[in-house]
Amino acid sequence: MSLAFGTRKGTGSPAPAAPSTQHLLRRKRRREAARTLAFLSPWLIGFSVFFLYPLISTIYFSLTKYNGFGAPTFSGLKNWDYVFNDLPAFWQGLRNTLWLVVIMVSLRVVFGLGIGLLITKVKTGVGFFRTVFYLPYLAPPVAATVAFAFLLNPGTGPVNHLLGELGLPQPGWFSDPTWSKPALTLLAMWGIGDLMVIFMASLLDVPKEQYEAAELDGAGPFQRFRYVTLPNISPIIMFSVVTGVIQTMQYYTQAIVAGKVAGGIAGNSGQQFEPGYPQGSTWTLPQMVYNLGFQRFNYGAACVVALVLFVISMAVTSILLRRKSGFMASDD
Amino acid sequence: MHSTTSRRGRRTIAAITGSAVLALLATACTGSNDAGGNDDSASGKDVTITFWHGWSQDNEVKAINDNIAAFEKAHPNIHVKAVANIADDKVNQALRAGGDDAPDVVSSFTTNNVGMFCSTKSFADLKPFLDKSGIDTARTFPSAMLSYTQFQGNQCSLPLLGDAYGLYYNKKAFADAGITAPPKTFSEFAADAVKLTVNDGDSYKQLGFMPLYHGYESTTEHFLGQYGPTYFNADGKSAIATDPKVAQMLTWQKSMVDKLGGYAKLDKYRSTFGEEFSAKNPFHTGQVAMAIDGEWRTTSLAENKPDFDWATAPFPVPDDQADSWGRGYQTGTIIGIASGSKKQAAAWELVKYLTTDTDAVVNFANAIHNVPSTFDALNSPKLVSDPNFKTFLDIAKHPQSGTTPASVNGGGYIVSLQNLGYDYESGKQGDLAAGLAATAKEIDAAIAQAK
Repeated sequence: MSLAFGTRKGTGSPAPAAPSTQHLLRRKRRREAARTLAFLSPWLIGFSVFFLYPLISTIYFSLTKYNGFGAPTFSGLKNWDYVFNDLPAFWQGLRNTLWLVVIMVSLRVVFGLGIGLLITKVKTGVGFFRTVFYLPYLAPPVAATVAFAFLLNPGTGPVNHLLGELGLPQPGWFSDPTWSKPALTLLAMWGIGDLMVIFMASLLDVPKEQYEAAELDGAGPFQRFRYVTLPNISPIIMFSVVTGVIQTMQYYTQAIVAGKVAGGIAGNSGQQFEPGYPQGSTWTLPQMVYNLGFQRFNYGAACVVALVLFVISMAVTSILLRRKSGFMASDD
Repeated sequence: MHSTTSRRGRRTIAAITGSAVLALLATACTGSNDAGGNDDSASGKDVTITFWHGWSQDNEVKAINDNIAAFEKAHPNIHVKAVANIADDKVNQALRAGGDDAPDVVSSFTTNNVGMFCSTKSFADLKPFLDKSGIDTARTFPSAMLSYTQFQGNQCSLPLLGDAYGLYYNKKAFADAGITAPPKTFSEFAADAVKLTVNDGDSYKQLGFMPLYHGYESTTEHFLGQYGPTYFNADGKSAIATDPKVAQMLTWQKSMVDKLGGYAKLDKYRSTFGEEFSAKNPFHTGQVAMAIDGEWRTTSLAENKPDFDWATAPFPVPDDQADSWGRGYQTGTIIGIASGSKKQAAAWELVKYLTTDTDAVVNFANAIHNVPSTFDALNSPKLVSDPNFKTFLDIAKHPQSGTTPASVNGGGYIVSLQNLGYDYESGKQGDLAAGLAATAKEIDAAIAQAK
């Protein structure tokens, strides 16, 4: 390296000189940098292979026409134009996905916190209730969705039968575009076990002295919750919201299974099947990515939708973390 | 110091990005494999080919395996490794991935993807093979079947048995309602459907016919088979907004929905139906008195033995096309050769045997009760056929029976039309002309995008 450098400079081979302090310092810094890089390398490799490379590939493919055969050909912004202007299902999918992000995530967090609070207050049979509320989370999503589609069947399901007996309205659930997303939300709330466990752990971790001090100051149950519990568990709430948003942006299995079962599509007679039954109300962007990419083999358009999902996820997460100072406990 | 760090940082980012782009370009430039027609199988060399198909039920798998065994007996040096229960998604992905485990011969249950198979050249053009073997396709295969196995002159697949759609009716319900013969026109059909409907509060004891597009085989393309529409103009643009037959069909279907109780009531009743391919099918259980379905239902009904007599007939036709009664929608299983296969000569021998050998076609049709896909097999005395099954053989032979044309993006246009159907039947879309125009635009954009 030094020889090449010297040759390029045209000065011939320099005489070996004692290393200067600056040179030693530089070498030390370089060694430190190499050491740091070595320690970081597992993450760097993982980040490059599993995030950076797919991200760059997705951006690249979104600018190409590619159906899986031959080489991709550059097509500029044609895929973006197609998705935003000529694919009405995209906007419907975006609306549905955002609905689920706002409503489903909020209700899951509130419900998970509520169940966690209830269980921490229970004096006897805590283990039983904990197990009962956690078990549904372990149910495979397909089986759980099929079971819900059966229970909520508007014609033969026991839920509507019971509602009818009580003289209450009988919604169409998965068969009614107004009720299909609320039905999916119910399903998500049934499998609340993951959030319940996290909230329980965080609630049990709130220092007892703070409650005692608040009580001495005359704080009632609501004030204790508002000024003691909430500030202590706010990082957990934030974590639940952020992971909930990211998970919901990938919402696929339950929506497609519910649409298929309620829509009466067996899908084995060569029949064309477009997910989203009824009337596109359960059609989410992740389904669109699969549909465009692996059923229509329009990889470019699929990459556009994937990038839209990525940008929304990043934006929502960044805003939430910035506004609430990340996962740090609140000073309230 | 800061500037050195940021310069170094920029270099690092540039290096990572450069490597990623290089890696990306390297992986992106993987085209399809070279095709290989000469595998020396003709000179007697042992060759093993892989055949992917979608049949999964025991009797179906046995039937195709029997056919393969007969083929291997006739071609001792060609061995076939059959893989069952493969859907089109997997086929498409495997053909793109290529490699030694990719199939040489592929069959698909749906004809909708033929346009994609042909236009992407994932299936080899069979014309050279057909010419070499001296097979005149027009004299061998019924025209509708020949139509759905090619795309823009590229005969990249061949029919391997077919499906025809007709009317199934409950003879007991007909007798109870005083109906003496199956309807032939849509006005007769509507009158019969109303007569056969027995209301039960906000539900039904028996429904004459389930017209909703989610009512199993009551799909837009099956109904349109009775009209003979033009899906695409000569310039390749969607014709659904300009061919009045499409609007007529959608209007007719909506009128059926309204006559039989309205969308909400029908959809709630539909949710009580059991699985389509089971003994709980609403026609088997007597929940509906008439149904549009394929010829395979004759076997299911014979096996499940419902507690009523039933019969089949061609599905009714529009009143102004009464003379076309006897026609029906046709589709079927198709078979082709992967263009990436290096054993195409052996693969062709299998495809030729399965699709054109009369005994092979007849035996297979008898075993799985599908419509034979060659003229010789349709007219073969060995074909087992009762009057109910014969209805479908006649529909298959009818000159006005039709199918949906192949498209460059597969069945995307059918899905778009079906989505409009859902919106129109439910009342979400009230302006049919506007809906058709928007759907035609959507279809054209999707096709332009895929070209």
